[in-house]
Amino acid sequence: MSAPRTRLGYDGVVAVMPVTIPYARYSTRSAHWWLGRALGELIRGSGLAKAAVDGVCVSSFTLGPDTAVGLMQHLGMSPRWLDHIPMGGASGVVALRRASRAVQAGDAEVIACIAGDTNHVDSFRNTVSQFSRFAQDAVYPYGAGGPNASFALLTDHYMKQYGATREDFGKLCVAQRENALRNPHALMKKPLTLAQYIDARPITDPIHLFDCVMPCAGAEGFLVMTEERARAMKLPFVRIGSTIERHNAFPDDPIQFRGGWAMDRDALYEHAAVAPADVDFVETYDDYPVINMLQFEDLGFCAKGEAPAFVREHDFTIAGSFPFNTSGGQLSVGQAGAAGGYLGMVQAMRQLTDSAGATQIEGARVGLVSGFGMINYDRGLCSGAAILERGQA
Amino acid sequence: MTDPLVKPKKKNPVERTRLPTRPPAPRSRAAQGLTRAAAEGVFEMQTCGDCGALQYPPREVCHQCLSERLVWKDADPRGTLIATTVLRHSNDLYFRERLPWKVGTVKMAAGPSVVAHVHEDCAEGGAVRLALKLDRSGQAVLHALPEKDTPNMNDAPQLRESTCDPKFRRVLVSDGKSAMGLAVARAMLDAGANAVFLGDPTSWKTVKAFDALVASDPRVQPVELDVTDTDSVDRLAASIGGKVEILVNTAAYLRDGGILGRKDVILARDAFEVNVLGMMRLAQAFGPGMGFRAADGSNNAVAWVNILSIHALAALPARGAWSASMAAALSAAQTLRAEFAGAGVRVMNVFPGPIDEEWEQLTPPPKLAPAAVAKAIVQGLQGGLEDVYVGDIAEELRTRLRENHKAVERELGQ
Repeated sequence: MSAPRTRLGYDGVVAVMPVTIPYARYSTRSAHWWLGRALGELIRGSGLAKAAVDGVCVSSFTLGPDTAVGLMQHLGMSPRWLDHIPMGGASGVVALRRASRAVQAGDAEVIACIAGDTNHVDSFRNTVSQFSRFAQDAVYPYGAGGPNASFALLTDHYMKQYGATREDFGKLCVAQRENALRNPHALMKKPLTLAQYIDARPITDPIHLFDCVMPCAGAEGFLVMTEERARAMKLPFVRIGSTIERHNAFPDDPIQFRGGWAMDRDALYEHAAVAPADVDFVETYDDYPVINMLQFEDLGFCAKGEAPAFVREHDFTIAGSFPFNTSGGQLSVGQAGAAGGYLGMVQAMRQLTDSAGATQIEGARVGLVSGFGMINYDRGLCSGAAILERGQA
Repeated sequence: MTDPLVKPKKKNPVERTRLPTRPPAPRSRAAQGLTRAAAEGVFEMQTCGDCGALQYPPREVCHQCLSERLVWKDADPRGTLIATTVLRHSNDLYFRERLPWKVGTVKMAAGPSVVAHVHEDCAEGGAVRLALKLDRSGQAVLHALPEKDTPNMNDAPQLRESTCDPKFRRVLVSDGKSAMGLAVARAMLDAGANAVFLGDPTSWKTVKAFDALVASDPRVQPVELDVTDTDSVDRLAASIGGKVEILVNTAAYLRDGGILGRKDVILARDAFEVNVLGMMRLAQAFGPGMGFRAADGSNNAVAWVNILSIHALAALPARGAWSASMAAALSAAQTLRAEFAGAGVRVMNVFPGPIDEEWEQLTPPPKLAPAAVAKAIVQGLQGGLEDVYVGDIAEELRTRLRENHKAVERELGQ
């Protein structure tokens, strides 16, 4: 047996040009429109010629019947590298992971990573009712609660197992709302108090209204290219310290109380040569607050079961002791389908290139972005995380 | 403890009748293995024929060893309820009208975790037993039930959505003068039916047991009904069609005789007239009304019961004409099942072996007492079944058909 192979670093490859197409609660447009606008912003914003983008990575739930292939003809692109990542909330991390290796290996020079979805009035019901075969066979017929019901079960179990309270979840939601009020892209514009959170109407016990993300339309994107090119084009960039992904982790757990991060976090920090304490801010995938707690634990900020105490100890606002979901997260910005899996990535890139506007954390140098996606049956299957570092030395 | 079901009030004719909706029906073909089990009231799970792993949701190959040799096997239905939620919102019309709705995660003793409808008497963290039942779409769903029966547990609204319990429902027994019809009527009364409309196809003939039953219970209402007479069927439907919530078709015509030994089809025509066309006449007259009332409160119309014979599946040549009518009746029942599916009225087919009644006088035992068949029918309705095989002969013939249907043909022909 040979010794474990060493993973290559991400030297010489960077991410640039975070773009957001402002979200809308409902849209009469199709996903192509949202994705096309994101690509357009990337090209116009970077000053690249359209043909210079020779790689594209796409994530979308509502692009059907098209895939990334059809979208290329739709958008008049002829990339020599194309990927379609159907990993929901893990899409941003995984797109960065795939694209950076392709650029590093020379399979493409510039890769546009885009994620977007439309939201027609009946889109969400259609997406949920046809989400996956296991969901169709073994979840949707049980009350058709969609992700609310699946997360309600995980939340119920987590609360009973580890003593989390609604106040703990509420603290995170309230902090994120405070952050969102500084983010012009956030759909939620009104302050949220803990009392409002607690008194909100029950949706699917113990999930109440403000535990749920609001489906909306929107798109996000970024470019991956060589550091040399970014410097030449004078584009502020972030370096990639390390990335991980994992799918269908811990299949024998009777109910989800941890995600794939718990399998890979040591590799994540080791590869980036940073420790959790070195991380200046964290952007998690937050479709429901319980999943934030799982990420705090599984990414090593506290031990398993200690997230409730961790939440009670910290301040999660931009200026707080643990700056967290500084855009407001999906809970306050809105969940634009697969773009939700890019929200943290784009926001982290802004933090590390001093373009986060009113949400800017002073002097942020290291950020952690984490993704989670695809409740195929009873649990989220995809997990990923990336450590990003400020580019200019 | 479940609150006992309250006897439904008389229907207010001014109120709009709630139209039937169905829970989500699409399933993969593999998942229909659960439906087959639920239709018969057994608890089976997909199991690997090579490594023995039990898996859920159903798959195309074994999730452990990737073998394609998957079989459906009896499984241990016990488990622990490890998480619950009460839905106060749903994306689906059917559930929206029935909120709140309780679901949960059950860790099965046999391995996998499953999402299930949760009976209100189940305690979180406690032991439960799982049952496969058909929902109003006719598709299998898992119900987590209390480990041991609790008082009135069958009255729980969520469970009642998957069953066709005669309690507080009104039943039409199409031929109440036969031994079978009388037994079914008695069993329905014992099961708490609100009314039994007892069909009388021969008002010119006195049957003491019929008169005695009518006299014995104010819930029994004799009604004239001859399933071979379209006018008679239509008249009755016009009179009580809106009140029938369970219809048990006991009208039957059984005579000896094959096909080649005769020069006419009179015997076959008579058998078809009752057993096949009679069912169709009843369906055309009563079916639309039952479908319309399929979501009408706690005494909604729920079930259509056909008493066939195990010989619907394999002809008994000595009764060849009758056997053909049974096979045709089964085929018609399958069509009715598809046609009722939109409303969610269940078509339950009963497949007994020989019944101990006058037209089976010369059939050697074992023969089923009509009361035994009636009991199986009530249990089938209470369990929400779709196919009920009654008695040892029926079970044996089924097994033999599975083993070698050609051998059955040869042996029944001797």
